[in-house]
Amino acid sequence: MADFNLPENSKVKPGKVWAAPVGAKRIKRIEVYRYDPESGENPRLDVFHIDLDRCAPMVLDALLLIKNEIDPKLAFRRSCREGVCGSCSMNIDGHNTLACTKAMDDCSEVIRIYPLPHLPVVKDLVPDMTHFYAQYASIKPWIVTQTPPPADRERLQSKEERSKLDGLVECILCASCSTSCPSYWWNGDRYLGPAVLLQSYRWIADSRDETTGERLDELEDPFKLYRCHTIMNCTDTCPKGLNPAKAIAEIKKLLVERQK
Amino acid sequence: MNERPLSPHLQVYRLPLTAWLSITHRATGVCLSLGMIVLVIFLLAVAQGSESFALVHGFLTSIIGRLFLWAWIYALVFHLCHGFRHLVWDTGHGFDRETLNRLATYELAASLVLFVLIFFLSFV
Repeated sequence: MADFNLPENSKVKPGKVWAAPVGAKRIKRIEVYRYDPESGENPRLDVFHIDLDRCAPMVLDALLLIKNEIDPKLAFRRSCREGVCGSCSMNIDGHNTLACTKAMDDCSEVIRIYPLPHLPVVKDLVPDMTHFYAQYASIKPWIVTQTPPPADRERLQSKEERSKLDGLVECILCASCSTSCPSYWWNGDRYLGPAVLLQSYRWIADSRDETTGERLDELEDPFKLYRCHTIMNCTDTCPKGLNPAKAIAEIKKLLVERQK
Repeated sequence: MNERPLSPHLQVYRLPLTAWLSITHRATGVCLSLGMIVLVIFLLAVAQGSESFALVHGFLTSIIGRLFLWAWIYALVFHLCHGFRHLVWDTGHGFDRETLNRLATYELAASLVLFVLIFFLSFV
């Protein structure tokens, strides 16, 4: 049964208020979820004030400014700073997105930043993604073949066959969609979630893969696939503009079609 | 090591309109199931004779009874409209990001129009 409340040790308490920099003209208030695993205390919401005239435009820039100049203990994941690595996914302003591609101008007056929802928190904005990656591994995200490859070249694909993978291969596995999904919140132990199902469809739709039947068999399960109730949070929140809900619908269609 | 806290979910997530309609679909579904029980009680009362019928009829035509019945009728039309959307989704259509919220608004409007229509027809 779904638990709509946070456990006692997860309730967020008011945190430290860090003073605004002296002499700053354009001050932005940013509230950040903090959890220190060594203190044993509940998570808290710290309030930072940053000088917009000294900060680049993205939310990630603000986090880096905070880490560099205000509180070096702030922990978050980041790498490419241009929306291709998927490391800095977090809940900004009530939506899951990438901090590096979210402009502060597009956020509310006060920007509230939390880790991706309904995951165990390692520290501050760093959630534990172990289960998510294990689910990804479970769908065998690689080409599986039975026939021997052509002797003199790669397994080729026509332009039409390749175009079926558009909107799927762009997924960077940032987990924004999966952790936005209430079904995944309540049944994440058994439901694969939108990101992993989109990836699964990416291999089902690949003309070079020769195990479509086995892949569909694996998904024909009341929990793995059918916990999707088209709530549409996934498609709404995907920072890459992809459509996991549609990919899931395509899998459901294939499962029905093969029963004919 | 301490047990890791769970990051906030419903507490902080700003649900889009489609999510609210999905929750309402679930809620109206539960209401309709309860309404079925009332329907069964009503039929049982009819079968048992005039005394028990008068009792149930008396409740259903009271103000509270009427409010419940109208709530059930709205639950029915809402469930019907969103159910229709589910049918369209099952064909693999209606997933475009741009049209999601617009279609959700249409669906909500359609359920309200149907409800008002039934309300006025009940006086004819």
